[in-house]
Amino acid sequence: MSGIHLVNESMSVPVSWYLMLSVALFAIGTAGALTRRNGISIFLSIEVMLNAANLALVAYSRQLDQRTGQILVFFVLAVAAAEAAVGLALFIAVYRQRRTIDINRINLMRH
Amino acid sequence: MSMETAVFAVFALLALGSSLVVVAHKSPIYSTLSLVLTLFSVAVLFVLLGAPFIATLQLLIYAGAILVLFLFVIMLLNVGRQEGIPGGHRAQLVTAILGALAFAAALWLLLLPTLGTGNHAPLTEELVSLSGLAQELFAEYLLPFEIVGLLLLVAVIGATVVARRPTPEELAGGGGGSGSPLSVSALDDLEAADSTAASWAADADRAGGHARPASFPGGTGAGATSGGVAARTAAPGARP
Repeated sequence: MSGIHLVNESMSVPVSWYLMLSVALFAIGTAGALTRRNGISIFLSIEVMLNAANLALVAYSRQLDQRTGQILVFFVLAVAAAEAAVGLALFIAVYRQRRTIDINRINLMRH
Repeated sequence: MSMETAVFAVFALLALGSSLVVVAHKSPIYSTLSLVLTLFSVAVLFVLLGAPFIATLQLLIYAGAILVLFLFVIMLLNVGRQEGIPGGHRAQLVTAILGALAFAAALWLLLLPTLGTGNHAPLTEELVSLSGLAQELFAEYLLPFEIVGLLLLVAVIGATVVARRPTPEELAGGGGGSGSPLSVSALDDLEAADSTAASWAADADRAGGHARPASFPGGTGAGATSGGVAARTAAPGARP
């Protein structure tokens, strides 16, 4: 981790470290979304991925000294809220019909 | 090691550890509570990066509202420990982890050149100031802001329509929910009209049996009015 010095020494924590953390969080979220069976757990993994993207946006905002990244994060937060509301409503509707939210058993459209 | 480096190290490790708990814990409730910790750690990193307003939003909206919604739904549906990562899918687990690692490597190689050799300016007052953010948001990005408001309105209406129970009028008339705007609601109507037939169909489907309408017990056992409903309910389970 200490082998990467992309920015000068004026700041103690280089922005590349934040980006590295963001990439790691995104990979963790991807692995979770691919392996979990429970629909809500998949949703939580996707929230981790969204948050990793937000961290990258803010890190770039710091690097470029522009506010646009932060404004994008604002919009991402709003979209995440809308996505969570609609997604959880879908899970409630599916659960009412199938009595499960295990994605291996929700195969109405597979066949 | 400066103070900033120490804070970064502590909260970066906290974010990594708690996000691992989020994706690995069997119980969705513990995953959600662990995600609160992840979001808090990332909010601290936002402050370090000079975005205190975004950090506040993160805590208020994400940790305060969205995750409470998650907890509410988890407890409403009572899906506590329904699943873990089953041992029979070891290959899938390994593949997913390898894929995620390869993806992370690719992403890092993609991001690396964008940083350049960057001269890193010290944190400016202008970047941190809330009034500057507000001016940019409400002047330059006013139209996206309004569209996001519309999106939230549509999401609220959509969530209400999808998750609501059907009204008695829709159950009585409408021919088993054919007037309902959404197919999920139509299925819901069917289930409410003949819940036993629906649960039989679900059981047959769950057991892996290929339920046929001809051999379906609801087709003969149910009454004259619910017979058609039962046959229609069995249709999703029947394979072509």
